[in-house]
Amino acid sequence: MSFISVNNVWQQYAEQVVLERLNLTIDEGEFCTLVGTSGCGKSTFLRLLLGQEVPSRGQILLDGQPLIGEPDASRGVVFQRYSVFPHLSVLDNVALGLELPRSPFLGRLLGKAKRDAREQAAVMLAKVGLGHALDKYPAQLSGGMQQRLAIAQALIMQPRILLLDEPFGALDPGIRKDMHALLLELWRETRLTVFMVTHDLSEGFSLGTRLLVFDKVRLDPHAPHAYGARITYDIPLNSDRRAARAAVDALPAHVAGRLQTA
Amino acid sequence: MRLINRHPDRSSRLLLVILPFALLLCAYFMGSTTRLTENPNDKLLPSAAQMGDAVKRMAFIEDNRSGAYLLWQDTGSSLQRLGLGLGISALAGLGLGIAAGTLPLFGASLSPLLTVLSMVPPLAILPILFIVFGLGELSKVMLIVIGITPILARDLEQRAREIPAELLIKAQTLGASTWTLILRVILPQLLPRLLISLRLVLGSAWLFLIAAEAIASTDGLGYRIFLVRRYLAMDVILPYVVWITLLAWLMDLGLKRLTRLAFPWYEGARP
Repeated sequence: MSFISVNNVWQQYAEQVVLERLNLTIDEGEFCTLVGTSGCGKSTFLRLLLGQEVPSRGQILLDGQPLIGEPDASRGVVFQRYSVFPHLSVLDNVALGLELPRSPFLGRLLGKAKRDAREQAAVMLAKVGLGHALDKYPAQLSGGMQQRLAIAQALIMQPRILLLDEPFGALDPGIRKDMHALLLELWRETRLTVFMVTHDLSEGFSLGTRLLVFDKVRLDPHAPHAYGARITYDIPLNSDRRAARAAVDALPAHVAGRLQTA
Repeated sequence: MRLINRHPDRSSRLLLVILPFALLLCAYFMGSTTRLTENPNDKLLPSAAQMGDAVKRMAFIEDNRSGAYLLWQDTGSSLQRLGLGLGISALAGLGLGIAAGTLPLFGASLSPLLTVLSMVPPLAILPILFIVFGLGELSKVMLIVIGITPILARDLEQRAREIPAELLIKAQTLGASTWTLILRVILPQLLPRLLISLRLVLGSAWLFLIAAEAIASTDGLGYRIFLVRRYLAMDVILPYVVWITLLAWLMDLGLKRLTRLAFPWYEGARP
């Protein structure tokens, strides 16, 4: 059974059809990059996966179960902007994800539990290269560092799916390259399934194991909103990485676990 | 150089700050001297010495009748009413603002209600307050609460709506419930905004306080001003007005400092 299956999904707002007849199956651990012109529904598709919106027609299944219709801890997300909390230090931005689920009344941990959460957060931050900036506020960080923080924040939850909405769109090319390396490294270490919306076609090709192109097939010039976008190309990429991932998955769990920590 | 590009340097800035105040004082005392030389019994523009005497009488000599130092007693009563009113309004405004601004189901009822309520002129319902709550402390505090809570609530509702939706979604992906999301994300981001709103409504709060004290009270800064008006005692009224202005200014300054101290991330987070 496939990890995620998208069955005949449509999304429309009033008269405007954004997505039509989406059919897709995705295996666990794939790195899907979503490309297409502006306004062709890539981000809408991401919001559907996130649970921020519910499809007008059709359904999305996760492990054979209908996807939960609101955001939850199983799906991490990084937006282009506003992904981190301005009122929390870098360390607390990440520790928050450990505190919230464990403290339903206060939303914060105290004493030793808090120290442990912060320690765990510090380890994650060191991994994304923010070990030196734990006490800073996000406003004191550069754009690239803020996105590193947002990624660390999402990964501390150990989500099964990571959704990225043009996460590097506002970064300059050099920083962007570093971020690509970081993202691929983290993807290799975890069993994460990634969906990444991007405007940068080369980014889409170099990062993904699968490239999904969104485009409108039908267009009525008198009613531009009558038809939505579909997935017009579905291209498998970077077969070496895909194969490596499959090989690791095929190993017995205890060996694979050791490999991942190594 | 165009006027728009000219900035005062350090010393000329200080001069520019002092100048209008100095001019005002100068104009006052010139007028006062002229009137007093014409008629030494003139009460309209008392001299500095006369006002000094009045301040000494009100602040440092026990009142014959009550044995109290009137200025301090008045200040104490007024500040207590103002503090209670502001505190209750802040809590109520914060609660209502968060409920209306973050929970769409609550906002659907609260938003229009708050809009309408904020249009009710508080002074117009002051008689109702006196009838319902009596002439005691409660009705004066209630006037302040009723006067500024809707303003605070509407402002905070707006600020809560301005928190990017991305942050609310992010918090949910980090395992937040509605309650913990409000507690850890919305509330801390609105607190500095609350302090700023409080600064903006300080003037209204003082207005309602003095109005209530003028009508039904036995002490308080507003009460005193309206009491001595009967004797044309400008030598008391003017120092009282200056004193009220000073208190209000200090409260404004205190709130500003507190915002910077308690929420260091806030200024930096502004683009």
